[in-house]
Amino acid sequence: MTDILREPAIADRRPTGLRASLSEFWYYFSENRGAVMGLWIFVIVCFVAIFADLIAPHGPATQYREALLTPPVWQSGGDWRFLLGTDAVGRDILSRLIYGSRYSLFVGCIVVAGAMIVGVALGLIAGFVGGVVDTLIVRIMDIILAFPNLLLALALVAILGPSLTNAIIAIAIVQQPHYVRLTRAAVLGEKQKDYVTAARVAGVGPWRLMGVTILPNCLAPLIVQGALSFSSAILDAASLGFLGMGAQPPTPEWGTMLAEAREFILRAWWVVTMPGLAILIVVLAINLIGDGLRDALDPKLKRA
Amino acid sequence: MSGEVVLQARDLTRHYPIRQGLFRSDAVLKAVDGAGFDLRRGQTLAVVGESGSGKSTLARLITMIEPPTSGSLNILGKEIVGASRATLKDLRSSVQIVFQNPYASLNPRQKIGAALEEPLLVNTSLSRAERREKAEAMMAAVGLLPEHFHRYPHMFSGGQRQRIAIARALMLDPAILVLDEPVSALDVSIQAQILNLLTKLQDRLDLAYLFISHDLSIVRHIADEVVVLYLGHPVEQGPGKTIFDDPRHPYTRALLSATPVADPLRRKERIVLKGELPSPLAPPPGCTFNTRCPLVFERCRVEEPKLRQVAGRDVACHACG
Repeated sequence: MTDILREPAIADRRPTGLRASLSEFWYYFSENRGAVMGLWIFVIVCFVAIFADLIAPHGPATQYREALLTPPVWQSGGDWRFLLGTDAVGRDILSRLIYGSRYSLFVGCIVVAGAMIVGVALGLIAGFVGGVVDTLIVRIMDIILAFPNLLLALALVAILGPSLTNAIIAIAIVQQPHYVRLTRAAVLGEKQKDYVTAARVAGVGPWRLMGVTILPNCLAPLIVQGALSFSSAILDAASLGFLGMGAQPPTPEWGTMLAEAREFILRAWWVVTMPGLAILIVVLAINLIGDGLRDALDPKLKRA
Repeated sequence: MSGEVVLQARDLTRHYPIRQGLFRSDAVLKAVDGAGFDLRRGQTLAVVGESGSGKSTLARLITMIEPPTSGSLNILGKEIVGASRATLKDLRSSVQIVFQNPYASLNPRQKIGAALEEPLLVNTSLSRAERREKAEAMMAAVGLLPEHFHRYPHMFSGGQRQRIAIARALMLDPAILVLDEPVSALDVSIQAQILNLLTKLQDRLDLAYLFISHDLSIVRHIADEVVVLYLGHPVEQGPGKTIFDDPRHPYTRALLSATPVADPLRRKERIVLKGELPSPLAPPPGCTFNTRCPLVFERCRVEEPKLRQVAGRDVACHACG
């Protein structure tokens, strides 16, 4: 009779734990070559940002009065001291880009963290509680979403006063409705499932139900959204900088650098092009990572 | 066969208001209407009926997921209709449920060990080591291996998952286990294993089972008492053997005749019911079964039959005597 109770006792040696799930994640992530490339670029940018003091050949604000608007080395008149040339007041563009990567990554991290924490919390409550609370939260988010992103961020910065901190706050406010919607939709789907009812019957309270039972099952789309909004945060910060509403000169923020160089666009192409390229490469790399994450985390795209 | 009564339902009803738009008044869906039964320790009460007959709603009432609209539900001697939150919280751990689909009833991001410990974590003040010890003991009791403790649900087969779901339901030492079609999502060979496991556990732990099923061959096998539901109304209820040997209500007869019997020599008369289950929003007047009943006569269309004792069981039918 006992052998009926027990299934054939074959030892189960399949790997478990963090390492196994990480290796499975990497298996699906690395199928996407672009994502791996994006990840490498992102790692390099992070490295550069952290060790900017050691890598940068010059200080970000050091002026070389004798070398105004020096072209990059490969052009005639280039100078080996300034690999990517100098700007109108004689600052080394490469060094400024290297220091500028710090601002971009900082903006991305803070915006994503802030928007995600607030957005996920609101989305969880809206989806889980439902009723009037849900309607209220969703309507407010709809109102925020009804404005064009950059316009709303501009208006907020205009109210708060132009600075990098205020730009970050404005961008985070503009981005968090996406998290609210995404979380709410996922929670509404998960809430109905039997495992949630089972937990409820077992006496699990509402807070634990939200945070421990439901939330981990909604994470995959949120991580993807986090990666994608990281890049759009960088882009928005650069746009605000370009419009004079973000970081203020002489901060070597990429958008601000673009704005300063606007008047030399015909005489010295490198002053405008280099920061633009930097923004393009980083944003592209992060978007590629986001796509790879989606491939790896979305079960619907997974091949069994 | 006569353990202490752990669950007593009397005239239990659950109605859902259904909005029908702005200008029509709300309709009432009577998912369960007038169910009453006793459940004793160590006994299995089977609730049978086709889809939409109110079986799962009954399960939700008894597990206190939803409150009944009216009637009385008494669990372990305490009335739960109109009871305080504290009483409900106390009673909650004594009724647990196993769901039909083991692929949906386990949290995909929770390891088996954590899933088993969770009920203890939220309801008791046991230490981490004590919880782990209890969880491991329960895993052994339902036939899981110790190394399964750190696995995620997606690594298990349906049968193993159902064992996990049973183990989780038993962690709080419930008196009553509601089994909502616990084997209908499983392979037939696995069904037998799970049913045997359930029987064993019932003997060992003196559990009362409320077994919801539409598979009558399984019900015949394990039920002590049977309640047949039709559109939320109990139409026949009584000892399993009595009902299976000699069904009286025409609906029960039709259900039983539809069950395949593994005996090629036995010829059975198949009673085929005409028509569909009527809309529960607009049940027919009188007996709810009158649209499909082969024995229907004038009285059935006017007067709703009450349950009355006929040959050792209760039947709600005007025609059968």
